Amino acid sequence: MSVEPLLKVQDLSITFHAGERATVAAQNVSFSIAAGEVLAVVGESGSGKSVSALALTRLLPPPPTCTVSGSVTLDGVDLLKLSEDKLAKVRGGAIAYIFQEPGTSLNPVYTIGFQIGEAISLHRPEVKDVKSEIQRALQEVRINEPERVANQYPHELSGGMQQRAMIAMALACNPKILVADEPTTALDVTIQKEIMDLLARLRRERGMSILLITHNFGIVANFADHVQVMWKGRIVEHGPVSEIMRTQSHPYTRALIACIPRLGQRRRRLTTLTEELKVSP
Amino acid sequence: MSNAANLLEIRGLSVHYPGRPNWFFQKAAPKKAVDNISFVIPKGKTVGLVGESGSGKTTTGRSVVKLAPLTAGQILYQGTDIGILSNADFLPWRKKIQMIFQDPYNSLNPRADILSILSEPLEIHFPQMSRSEREERCVELLRSVQLPAEHLRRHPHEFSGGQRQRIGIARALAVQPELIICDEPVSALDVSVQAEVVNLLQDLQEQLGLTYLFIAHDLAVVEHVSDHILVMSKGRIVEQGSPAEILGNPQEAYTKTLLAAVPRF
Repeated sequence: MSVEPLLKVQDLSITFHAGERATVAAQNVSFSIAAGEVLAVVGESGSGKSVSALALTRLLPPPPTCTVSGSVTLDGVDLLKLSEDKLAKVRGGAIAYIFQEPGTSLNPVYTIGFQIGEAISLHRPEVKDVKSEIQRALQEVRINEPERVANQYPHELSGGMQQRAMIAMALACNPKILVADEPTTALDVTIQKEIMDLLARLRRERGMSILLITHNFGIVANFADHVQVMWKGRIVEHGPVSEIMRTQSHPYTRALIACIPRLGQRRRRLTTLTEELKVSP
Repeated sequence: MSNAANLLEIRGLSVHYPGRPNWFFQKAAPKKAVDNISFVIPKGKTVGLVGESGSGKTTTGRSVVKLAPLTAGQILYQGTDIGILSNADFLPWRKKIQMIFQDPYNSLNPRADILSILSEPLEIHFPQMSRSEREERCVELLRSVQLPAEHLRRHPHEFSGGQRQRIGIARALAVQPELIICDEPVSALDVSVQAEVVNLLQDLQEQLGLTYLFIAHDLAVVEHVSDHILVMSKGRIVEQGSPAEILGNPQEAYTKTLLAAVPRF
């Protein structure tokens, strides 16, 4: 691509230290995201996909517990070299996150409206009418009765509604990149479809980039432009989704696609990973 | 007359929870979690139960093992109505009906080692077993779920999600049950681990002649494991049939919605 990418990650390595033992969570991870692109990162628990996403804005324990090397360039600025103050503006500002379990990422003692308002006043101090901005954010994620939901506490909402509220909060600050870390894993298939449709629409309307972390190739095939497969802290395969779904060069990618039960196939047994390919025991 | 080939027969099962009274102590309408459902589970088969959160599928499973209060209906286990039994009288059936839960992180006692987790059901249902016999049985159980015997002294936090679910399965198998209620057993697992656990459950069914009630929201998984599928919505069974019927010719709008929500590729 001739256009300079929005986000460029080069040689990102992440190591956790516990006493004498060092665990390499990600090694020489390089990728880039263009404006408006959906990049999916696929891998199992322990493959390093979530850690890499958190490292983009240094949302990891400080050294010596965890050391991060490499560079993460957003609009020409290396985020890993930014001061803590400046980085705090990027977190939730230019790069916003939504996580797997909306129930545990929302603060249980504050209302939905308060939490969205907090994010707005922090990242967009110029906004005068925070209250109507909260309503607008909730409407954008298709929450009916935004006034009522704004006054509710997280436990009063279903899982799907909680995830919508999380997305509303993330989008309230007009991020350039939304990092969605397994956004639908804890949800029912029907709700999963609603949330993924919502994300697809928001990306279209806003021209926002999405870094989608998932272990489900079904979602990748329907939603992402590019995909990269992580295995044991490394990117073992990457390319356009249509190509990777057709031919896979790495056996791990092949295995991950093969182990998903598909409607109407009724295989006698599901394919499992061979010992060499397993990430964790 | 109940059919001898049916291990479990549910007739007109309802579970209603009382509504919360309002400020004037007027009773609210009861919440009908499960509303007059009937189905059978043939011996040695897998009956899949799909539906969304709140559809009543989990309550249905739990009511069979007396973890949810019965409002009406019969639960016939080989012809005996076990729904009306007291907890004490139900004990022999608890041995025959076991349960596997969704979240392997929350269904194992974090302070107990694997040996005591697996021994507990043995102590209750096989009080005549000696300590060494129990330990032997636990090793055997671990082997049947493909975990090494040296894991007996470890604690749940030392295991991955997939291994924990295997331990949950081993615990259910400990008392040699006939029927296992699997409540979303693979929903919390990675796809690769999901495949392993599903295969394990099918292998165990073949080896031990087990019967499953398999509760899940993922139709692709349910289709893969089930001989018969029940579709539940708002406390009722809206459709049931063989996997081919449900997939090939869904009648209800709700079933179609569920089918459409499964990502295809």
